[in-house]
Amino acid sequence: MTVAVVRFGGSNCDRDSVQALSHLGIDAELVWHEDGLPEDIEGVMLPGGFSYGDYLRAGAMAARSPIMQEVREVAAEGVPVLGVCNGAQIGCESSLTPGAFTTNRSARFQCEHVHLRVENADTPWTAAYDEGQVVEFPIAHGEGRFEIDDDRLEALEADDRILFKYCDESGAVHDGANPNGSKHNVAGITGEDDTVAVMMPHPERVSLPDIGAVEGQGVLRGFAEA
Amino acid sequence: MSLSDADHDLVVEELGREPTQAEAALFENLWSEHCAYRSSRPLLGAFDSEGDQVVVGPGDDAAVVELPDCDGTYITMGIESHNHPSYVDPFDGAATGVGGIVRDTLSMGAYPIALADSLYFGDFDREHSRYLLEGVVEGISHYGNCIGVPTVTGSAAFHDGYEGNPLVNVSCIGLVDEERMITAVAQQPGNKLVLVGNSTGRDGLGGASFASEDLAEDAETEDRPAVQVGDPYTEKLLIEANEQLIDEGLIESARDLGAAGLGGASSELVAKGGLGAEIELTEVHEREPNMNAMEYLLAESQERMCYEVAPENVDRVREIADRFDLGASVIGEVTDTGDYVCTFDGETVVDCDAEFLGEGAPFNDLPFEEPTQPERDLPDGVALDDAFESVVASPNTASKRWVYRQYDHEVQVRTATPPGDDAAVLAVREAGAAASDDGETGVGLAYTAGADPNWTDTAPYEGARAVALENATNLAAKGTTPLAAVDCLNGGNPEKPEVYGAFKGIVDGLADMCSTLDIPVVGGNVSLYNDSVAGPIPPTPTLAAVGTKDGYEAPPMSLSGEGELLLVGARALEGDAEPRLGGSEYLTQFGGTDRFPTLLDAPDAFIETLADVADEDATLATHDLSHGGLAVGLAEMVHEDAGASVEVDAPNKGSVAELLFGEQPGRVVIETTDARAVREAFDGVAPVYDLGAADDSGALDLTVTGESLSYDADEIAGLRSTITNELE
Repeated sequence: MTVAVVRFGGSNCDRDSVQALSHLGIDAELVWHEDGLPEDIEGVMLPGGFSYGDYLRAGAMAARSPIMQEVREVAAEGVPVLGVCNGAQIGCESSLTPGAFTTNRSARFQCEHVHLRVENADTPWTAAYDEGQVVEFPIAHGEGRFEIDDDRLEALEADDRILFKYCDESGAVHDGANPNGSKHNVAGITGEDDTVAVMMPHPERVSLPDIGAVEGQGVLRGFAEA
Repeated sequence: MSLSDADHDLVVEELGREPTQAEAALFENLWSEHCAYRSSRPLLGAFDSEGDQVVVGPGDDAAVVELPDCDGTYITMGIESHNHPSYVDPFDGAATGVGGIVRDTLSMGAYPIALADSLYFGDFDREHSRYLLEGVVEGISHYGNCIGVPTVTGSAAFHDGYEGNPLVNVSCIGLVDEERMITAVAQQPGNKLVLVGNSTGRDGLGGASFASEDLAEDAETEDRPAVQVGDPYTEKLLIEANEQLIDEGLIESARDLGAAGLGGASSELVAKGGLGAEIELTEVHEREPNMNAMEYLLAESQERMCYEVAPENVDRVREIADRFDLGASVIGEVTDTGDYVCTFDGETVVDCDAEFLGEGAPFNDLPFEEPTQPERDLPDGVALDDAFESVVASPNTASKRWVYRQYDHEVQVRTATPPGDDAAVLAVREAGAAASDDGETGVGLAYTAGADPNWTDTAPYEGARAVALENATNLAAKGTTPLAAVDCLNGGNPEKPEVYGAFKGIVDGLADMCSTLDIPVVGGNVSLYNDSVAGPIPPTPTLAAVGTKDGYEAPPMSLSGEGELLLVGARALEGDAEPRLGGSEYLTQFGGTDRFPTLLDAPDAFIETLADVADEDATLATHDLSHGGLAVGLAEMVHEDAGASVEVDAPNKGSVAELLFGEQPGRVVIETTDARAVREAFDGVAPVYDLGAADDSGALDLTVTGESLSYDADEIAGLRSTITNELE
């Protein structure tokens, strides 16, 4: 099992992702976007950061780079793909997942820990949790507000494609527990196939036991599950 | 501003002719206060920068210090001010301050792992202060977040003395090892000088000389062209390219382009090696047409590095730069002449001794007036609950969460103790693994930065000693032993004797306490002329310091609710020093003056013992007491799930206000399950006072000499959210 962690100019959670995956015994390697995906890759992670300096729109430039065509192809073949933070923005911009992540309601960058409710535990990325379970993850973004039209949001809800929603400590989903103004408090979703997922919170930042909690390990183990 | 007559005469004497226009501009900038420290260098000898752990001391782009017990793992430390630019253009001024200190880290071959910012603004109530605060924080957030370097600690203070001249002091820690380290000392004649990074434009011309004058009333509009604009995306590419260049061993020496641009960096690089250079300015990759020699030399375009590269490695350096979409140009080579020579289209425009250019500026011997401490004149009739609420809600002591929430403080997955505590603690897994008990855990690196303008305004020397002790207490409270520090000394116009006297006071105070605590001051920055129509700033000695321990676990500031509470180090409470309110937030709120409190007689033993005690399993929480005194310290420790019941009954040891709001630094509150062991540890070192106990009430119940207060965690959080409430 080797996961390619794709590095664009401006990616900055690439090393962190490799470190967290390696800690879980998942083989991971950094892949510079211009070099293309290695043969026989078994997973792709799009890490956080500011690819292309967020110029134009967060994720927009990276989504149009040649390697993303390869990522779409392997995703269609069932290779698991996870986009986190800027990787989630790239995922939406490149149509791996619907919707968009845009400027926070606060119009400021926010780095803090938030509570998430597991909406669907029947995906590779959430199999380690129970449906309705409340977990605490960090967010660190200026453009994390999930936006999508009402029809497609209804479809996402109906098809069980929502992974996590922002909630309070008790698991209640309401506006007061929504850090960035995301529609329906959505923090992460899957693509048409649940082997593809994007999320704004950072699982790799809560995966190393020597600096604290490890609630994010379950998401990263999705690469081994899928 | 132009070269003074005296300097001009010196230059003519050295050159044996009139300087060219380009030379005159180069001398003007490199001999400015900002670059040459003409008024401060005579004072800086006070600092002790030696120690077994010090690999590279002051004078290079950043200092290098070895981590203990780990065989060649080093950190770099640097600090820089970006004060004047941040006044004129807060967003870009602060952002480029981050960029500059990060490149100083790259110059040593290191990878930047953490940033700290100490910010100082005018009264928070003023619209203009808030505008500057918002812009500065956004600029740091934009740049630091984008380059993926966590901002993990710092400070923010408000004082009317900064109204016309805010301070932005940025510090950076990098990680490097013995093998990878390089310096800014040119090595070998015949090597090429390669400029890598952003293209050069006419931005930031004369930034160094602009930073060496008082801010004029119209600075916000008139001096905007002297402020550079940063591009963090390019900086991030430069960080990664630098890492690969170092990985492949392609760099002989390096210097980042900061104040005085290419002229500064390239001439200093060769001068340090006792060598010279020949540079063709039109080889520089530029983004504007028709630039003249002076513009090439002095533009402060950001995100550029000057590398010394062996001729056979030049092609590979170009390839790596190209891979990261960075420009690279071979601008010249190192020579053995000692002369710094620049040509423009083949015509010589600069030809002077490199060392004279870098080091030839004469120092200023300025008159000074010794500062005096104020007389005691305390306010009357302040009700205790008013005092508590005003001091806890003051922007100086209130929560800074509004600030650090905007900084990515967790990227690089090292942050074991995040901002909001006494010090951040970072996991340095690369170091010390072999030495630790489990053979796996590395070194915990605690990082703190700050100063308190109220303290140094009241008493420059005593206040600066206190700043050093307070930073050390922050480190020790998290169980780490101080390793080294860098300083950023900010003062007003040194030509005013009372301003220079106060500046001398902070230099000596900081130096003396660091020596006492055996903390080498390995580098720093001086920023003078922080003066405007509103007057000089309070003398401000920002210290950024690091401490180390085995492993990353540290007792938090937040109470667990399970232990007894002890106050360690309080002299007045012990009856062996007069209670004093000088420098306190209490006096800032209610008016009045007093002398600064007396510090512990043996602060070194206190710090050493505290680091040990904090590391004990029985220690549940620790918190340094400083700004706002015991009242604020306790309020910060209480939260929803844990409270405290505290009684201080000491009618002869001071008034209620003195006991609660006095700000003697070098005190700590410890929550412990083994009070006896703490008393024993501090026996003969510092007094230990039994405050009471923590509990699960989620409230602070406080009785001082018969007067009582009670606030629950919600009320305290409400008081402490002043900054968030006003700015959201």
